Amino acid sequence: MNPVTTSLGRAAWLVLERDLRLALRRWEQITHPVAFFLMIASLFPLALSPEPSQLRNISPCVVWVGALLSSLLALESLYRSDQDDGTLEQMTLSGQPLPVLLFAKTVAHWLLSGIPLVVAAPLVGLWMGAPERTFGVMMLSVALGTGVLSFLGSVAAALTLGTRRGSVLLSLLVLPLALPVLIFGAKATDLAMRGESPAGAVLLLAAVLILTVTLAPWASAAAVRISLE
Amino acid sequence: MATWTWFHKLSSPPHFYRIAGKMIPWYAIPAALLIVAGIYGGLVAAPADYQQGEAFRIIYVHAPSAWLSLMCYTTMAVAAAVGLIWRIKLAHALAAATAPIGASFALLCLVTGSLWGRPMWGTWWVWDGRLTSQLILFFLYLGYMALRSAYDDLQRADRASAVLALVGVVNVPIIHFSVYWWNSLHQGSTVIRKDGPAMPPSMLVPLLMCFAGFTLLYAALACVRVRAEVLNRERNATWLKELSPS
Repeated sequence: MNPVTTSLGRAAWLVLERDLRLALRRWEQITHPVAFFLMIASLFPLALSPEPSQLRNISPCVVWVGALLSSLLALESLYRSDQDDGTLEQMTLSGQPLPVLLFAKTVAHWLLSGIPLVVAAPLVGLWMGAPERTFGVMMLSVALGTGVLSFLGSVAAALTLGTRRGSVLLSLLVLPLALPVLIFGAKATDLAMRGESPAGAVLLLAAVLILTVTLAPWASAAAVRISLE
Repeated sequence: MATWTWFHKLSSPPHFYRIAGKMIPWYAIPAALLIVAGIYGGLVAAPADYQQGEAFRIIYVHAPSAWLSLMCYTTMAVAAAVGLIWRIKLAHALAAATAPIGASFALLCLVTGSLWGRPMWGTWWVWDGRLTSQLILFFLYLGYMALRSAYDDLQRADRASAVLALVGVVNVPIIHFSVYWWNSLHQGSTVIRKDGPAMPPSMLVPLLMCFAGFTLLYAALACVRVRAEVLNRERNATWLKELSPS
C-alpha cells in the first residue's frame, strides 16, 4: 500500500467537501425531506381539528415527530450511493482512520438534512400557532437533536448496508434509540411555550449529542467494515 | 492457566454441546420446582395486600419477567462483546439464542403490567415511565432480531447484530433515565431499597423463589436454544456426523 500522504484533517475536510458538493448538485436530496416534514405537519390539523388552542398545545409534538421521521427518510442516502460506486470501500482502504472519515460524512449529512429542518421548524411552529418567542429554543433543540439523529442513524445505516430490505429495518433500529432525543427536544420546546426555563432539557440534549458524537463514529466504522466483508 | 483451558474447552462447539446437554436437567428441574413453589406461595399461601388486595399477586410473574428482560439484554450485550472481541462463535450463538427469550419476557412483563394496571390505575395502559421504558426495551429486542434475520450470511448477521447490541446497551440507561424524567406513576421498588424489603417474609419468600426459578428457567432455555444454534451452525462438521450415524 502507498504511504499515506494526506493529513488526517485534510482527508476529513475533503470527504466533507465532497459530500456537500455532491448534495448541492442534487437538490432533491435536501428538499425532499423538508417537503416530507411540512407534509407530516399539515396532517395533524387535518386529523385532529383546526382549533388553534389544541394545535398550539401539540405544536412541540408535531415539530419533533416530523423532524424525527424526515431525518429517518434522509438517512437512506447517507451511505447507499457511496457503497454502490465503491467509494466506501476505497475509504476503508485509504489508510486513513475510518471513524474520522465517517465522522466527516456524518457532519456533512447533518448540515444537509438537519439545517433545512432547523430552518423549516419555525414555519411549522407558525402553522401550529406556537408563540414566536419559542422559536429560538425550538430551532436550537432541533439543531442539537438532528445531530444526534444523524450520528445514531449513521450507525444504523451502516448496519443495514449489507441487507436487502434496508429502509423499514433502518426505522426499526433507529426509532427506539432516538426516543431520548424526542423526549428532551419536545420537552424543551414545551417548557419554553409555558414560559419556563428550557435550560435543563436543552443541556441534556446537548449531553446526549456529545456522547453520541464521541462514540457513534467508531460503531459506524465497525459496522461499515462488517457490511463490506 | 487452568481456567483458560476450561474456558477454551467450553467455547468449542462440541464440548459446549455435550456439557449444555448434561446441564439442562440441572437447570430445568430446580427451575420447575422453584416456580411451582413460588407461584403456589404467591397465589395461595401469601396474604392479600392491605392496599391492593388480591391484585398484587400478579407481581409474582410481573417482577421476575421484568428482571429477566433486563438480564437477557445485558447477557446478550456481554456475549456480543465477547464474540466481537475474541471472535468466539459460541458467544454469538448465545446472543442469538438469548434475544427471543428476552423479548418474550419483556412482552410477558408488559402484558402482566397491563393486567395489573387495570384494577390499580383503572386503565389497561398508562404512559408511565417504567412501562414505557419496558416497551422500548421490547422494541430494541425487535430491532435486534429484525437486523439478524435481514442477513443471509450467519457470520455477518452475528457481527452486525453484535454492534447493534452494544449500541443498544449504551443507550438503555439514557432511554431509561429520559423516560423516567418524562413521567412516572409506577410504584417504587419493593424488594431492593435502603431500609430493607417493604414486604413481610410470607410475601417476599415466594417472590424470591420466583426470581430464582425464572432465572434458572432462562439458563435451561438458553442451553436448549444454544444447542439448537450449534446444530444449525455446525451442520456440516464431522463431529456432528460422528455423533449421529443416521
